Amino acid sequence: MLTFKLAFKNIYGAGLITWLNVIALSFAYVAIIFIQGLISGMTHQMETANINAQYGNGQYWHTLYDPFDPLTLEDAHGKIPAELQQLVEQKKALPILIRQATIYPQGRMQNVLLKGIETDQTILTIPTSSLAGDNGSIPALIGSRMAKTMGLNLDDDVIVRWRDANGMFDADEVKIVAIMNTNASDIDNGQLWIPIDRMRKMTSMPNEATMLVLHKDLHFNQPVSSWQYKDLNFLLKDLRAAMKVEAIGDSLFYIVLLLLAMLAIFDTQFLSLNRRRKEMGTLMALGMTRSDLIKLFTMEGAMYALLAAVAAAIYGAPLFIYLASNGIAMPKGVDNFGYGIGDVLYPIFTFDLILKTVLIVLIITTIVSYLPARKIAKLNPTDALRGK
Amino acid sequence: MIRCGRTQNPNPGPPVAVIPQGEHMNDSYLIKAEQLTKTFPMGPTTLVALDNINVGFNKGEFAGLVGPSGSGKTTLLNIIGSLDIPTSGSMEVMGEKIETLSHKKAARLRNHHIGFIFQIFNLLPVYTVFENVEFPLLLQNIQSSTRKQMVMDALKWVGLADRSTSKPSQLSGGQSQRVAIARAIVKKPALVLADEPTANLDAKNSHNIMQTMIQLNEDLETTFIFATHDAKVMQYLKRIITLDDGIIQNDETPAKAV
Repeated sequence: MLTFKLAFKNIYGAGLITWLNVIALSFAYVAIIFIQGLISGMTHQMETANINAQYGNGQYWHTLYDPFDPLTLEDAHGKIPAELQQLVEQKKALPILIRQATIYPQGRMQNVLLKGIETDQTILTIPTSSLAGDNGSIPALIGSRMAKTMGLNLDDDVIVRWRDANGMFDADEVKIVAIMNTNASDIDNGQLWIPIDRMRKMTSMPNEATMLVLHKDLHFNQPVSSWQYKDLNFLLKDLRAAMKVEAIGDSLFYIVLLLLAMLAIFDTQFLSLNRRRKEMGTLMALGMTRSDLIKLFTMEGAMYALLAAVAAAIYGAPLFIYLASNGIAMPKGVDNFGYGIGDVLYPIFTFDLILKTVLIVLIITTIVSYLPARKIAKLNPTDALRGK
Repeated sequence: MIRCGRTQNPNPGPPVAVIPQGEHMNDSYLIKAEQLTKTFPMGPTTLVALDNINVGFNKGEFAGLVGPSGSGKTTLLNIIGSLDIPTSGSMEVMGEKIETLSHKKAARLRNHHIGFIFQIFNLLPVYTVFENVEFPLLLQNIQSSTRKQMVMDALKWVGLADRSTSKPSQLSGGQSQRVAIARAIVKKPALVLADEPTANLDAKNSHNIMQTMIQLNEDLETTFIFATHDAKVMQYLKRIITLDDGIIQNDETPAKAV
């Protein structure tokens, strides 16, 4: 407690230098927390978008289904087993039938995934209700990115060609009845959604599906023959890995910022300790031990981190609260970088994140202060008194 | 070998202190130096700061180490104050062998039993007068109320009770040195070591400071040892030990003191 009091008095008495260090370090706090908060918010938003729009609370895949190998789609379909069918009837699971197809927008040929989905489903946030109704042509729903890249607009008719269960090619016209905005980039492009009933007829695959999406509130992962359960950890693995890479890239920025702040503290401490040799000699003459001195000067350094945390809280907390509740408007086209964030990004600043940041900065600052203090405290008291 | 910066005979005979060993030596000494030598390496050669010194100080003495610059008086004072250790020989202060003391024990000895007064006051600039005087007591973990009383008593002793909230930068040289004295005596040490305490003071302030210390010496029976070459100080000393080239040349009790 004595060391704490003395350290506080010393750095408070040091005036401007202290406040410059504190302000520089507080910027590091705010920047680290801000960047980490952005990444957390981004990850959360993307995960939520994907859970809501495609993953639900896990999926059952036909055993032959491999999303990374389009050739498997030919055979990746089967009758829905009884235990899953029960869930479908209770509206707790949503069957999706997937086939490869080709569309010909404006005379061009484009490969797409043809996906059949129930029009009255409520499990995913895809606006499938727009596919309801029977006006003759096949109603189709596409993502806005697909609409843009393929030059498709509402009410456009486009020819689609597919193969049925027997491998026979067939073709028909589909009408674009809805263009959805979604943050789930996977379903935003290259996917043509049509009513599953129509698709089953088109492909001669009655009561078949390629996958089933479970309702968000349903916890069901029992083994089902010929179907594999894929939990959210599996489904979100790639997204999380991509965000981790993004986080590493962003951390470089705050590591540089932190290093600069540490350099400032090390510099201040080192210069200050050299300047204060006489004071150290006096303290030794008054009865302070070397370890007391090391403690005192290390505590002074650590106190910069504590004061900086307070300073950062004073101007950072209102900023973070504002950003967390109002979000940050994202520039148009950010989705082109592969991150389906939406128009507004809501950063997430958790207590855990703040505590971790404060601890990391505190530990690093303490180490940076300890090193010069340890060296200087080895001085002979008589040399220190002479300021040598 | 260089003795206090001067070239010496490369084959000097055995160094002889002016005070023969035993003349002032007895077991009741508060401070006892025996065959004390201190050398400092200086590049390829060695500087002899103290050369086979034998000297003792009794409780309540008001003594001075005098001599020209480089005569070894500050070195001797530093060793007495456990701020330094002898190269050879022995220094015993209040029963503690300085040469074998650990850093921790030396710090404890200084904190509890020795007060220091420096030429340039060495007050801690960010602390108030009160806090400067309080500092040694904080290290002793003395209770707050007792500490406050002791600090105010010390400040009253030096006549600065009304400046307790001032910062050192707001004090004159004489006032600063009186704060340093208060800091040295606040813990009621057995020994106060003063290195050129009046060197930065004018005649009037020097007189006041010396009077204060004489008063403390008489009232508290505190042993005072000065290192000085200031004639203004010497006139107050009750024992004068003259050092030159690291050797005690003379150890006398001035007639006035008798």
